[in-house]
Amino acid sequence: MDIILGIRLKESTLFATSKAFTRGISVLKATDDKTIDLNTHNMMAYTGESGDTTQFAEHIKANVQLFGLREGYDMESSEIASFVRNQLATSLRSRKPYQVQVLIGGANNEGEGFLSMIDYLGTRCDLPYAAHGYAAFYTMSLLDHHYKDDISLDDGLRLLKLCEEELTKRMPMDFKGLNVKIVDKEGIRTIDF
Amino acid sequence: MSDPSSINGGTAVAMVGKDCIAIASDMRLGSQSLGVSNNFEKIFNYDHVFFGLTGLASDVITVNENFRTKTNLYKMREERSIEPEKFANLVSSSLYERRFGPWFVGPIVAGLNSKTGKPFICGFDSIGCIDFAKDFVVSGTASDQLFGMCEALYEPNLEPEDLFECISQSLLNAADRDALSGWGAVVYIVTKDKVVKRYLKSRQD
Repeated sequence: MDIILGIRLKESTLFATSKAFTRGISVLKATDDKTIDLNTHNMMAYTGESGDTTQFAEHIKANVQLFGLREGYDMESSEIASFVRNQLATSLRSRKPYQVQVLIGGANNEGEGFLSMIDYLGTRCDLPYAAHGYAAFYTMSLLDHHYKDDISLDDGLRLLKLCEEELTKRMPMDFKGLNVKIVDKEGIRTIDF
Repeated sequence: MSDPSSINGGTAVAMVGKDCIAIASDMRLGSQSLGVSNNFEKIFNYDHVFFGLTGLASDVITVNENFRTKTNLYKMREERSIEPEKFANLVSSSLYERRFGPWFVGPIVAGLNSKTGKPFICGFDSIGCIDFAKDFVVSGTASDQLFGMCEALYEPNLEPEDLFECISQSLLNAADRDALSGWGAVVYIVTKDKVVKRYLKSRQD
């Protein structure tokens, strides 16, 4: 029931993830962060089997960092997406596959936003906006209706607000609000939402 | 419901005409009933060989990447591009390597032999059994519907433009009867000295 949302804007990428950390019927934490910074201009939001998620996210981060150290330049968003997809697709046919869904986003050298959605099967799709799990059923119609190419940050945040309102209204569980982050050519930062 | 080859949906078809071939696919990528992308093409090409891949989207991506590697290595070793007939045998043996843990894909191959100019098409099952056909091959979640449409509309020795009409109508009308296919389509018409790629709008529901 975790909420993972991503919206690609003109010069940035927005992420929104639910703050509730749930196990079974209990909410164990109301300040959870389901994102990880991979390098200065790329981040990943993740959900899935707890344990697998953090293990996998740290594995990806370590490798992206290692690449930067070895090669002397950072991996680009689309390269990271290819790497992550390859890891998940390989893992799928192993004895115990990672059950992780991710959104990868960032800003490339030209300052354009990038968003890619990858599920535990290794299905990769580069999209203008994306959501994993049940949240997709409630938010995709809103995004289909309101999203336009090259929208500004303010419009992006307004769109995210609409999504949050809909989710609060329709989701059976209190998800304790959204953590909102933005990646642009300045880097990654949290936004008061 | 959890059948890997029908989670994402999608369908593809290839046809033979007079000194030409056509290959087409829809553009939907879904997750069960939810449409995720209307921009997921399932036709790839390695120089003059055209390759349609339907089935589990993850495997569609992986298998395409594998064959891109293999055809590039072939090209470096042989200093020429792979021919459709030979590529078909490469696909067959590569799929059978995974006999007991297959890629969940339904590949189709189409192309013109660069030496003889002879049109070639064929289809495969997920473990590499080749289905040589002289008229048309179909694949994907709307394959039953496609068989019907192709059987009704196909005739031998069509000119490129007529073949385009034939394959487009077959694909569009088959995809409209399948909930997991559609959301746009892409058609390639291949003749000796020209490749034409066209996008079809199709129904968006």
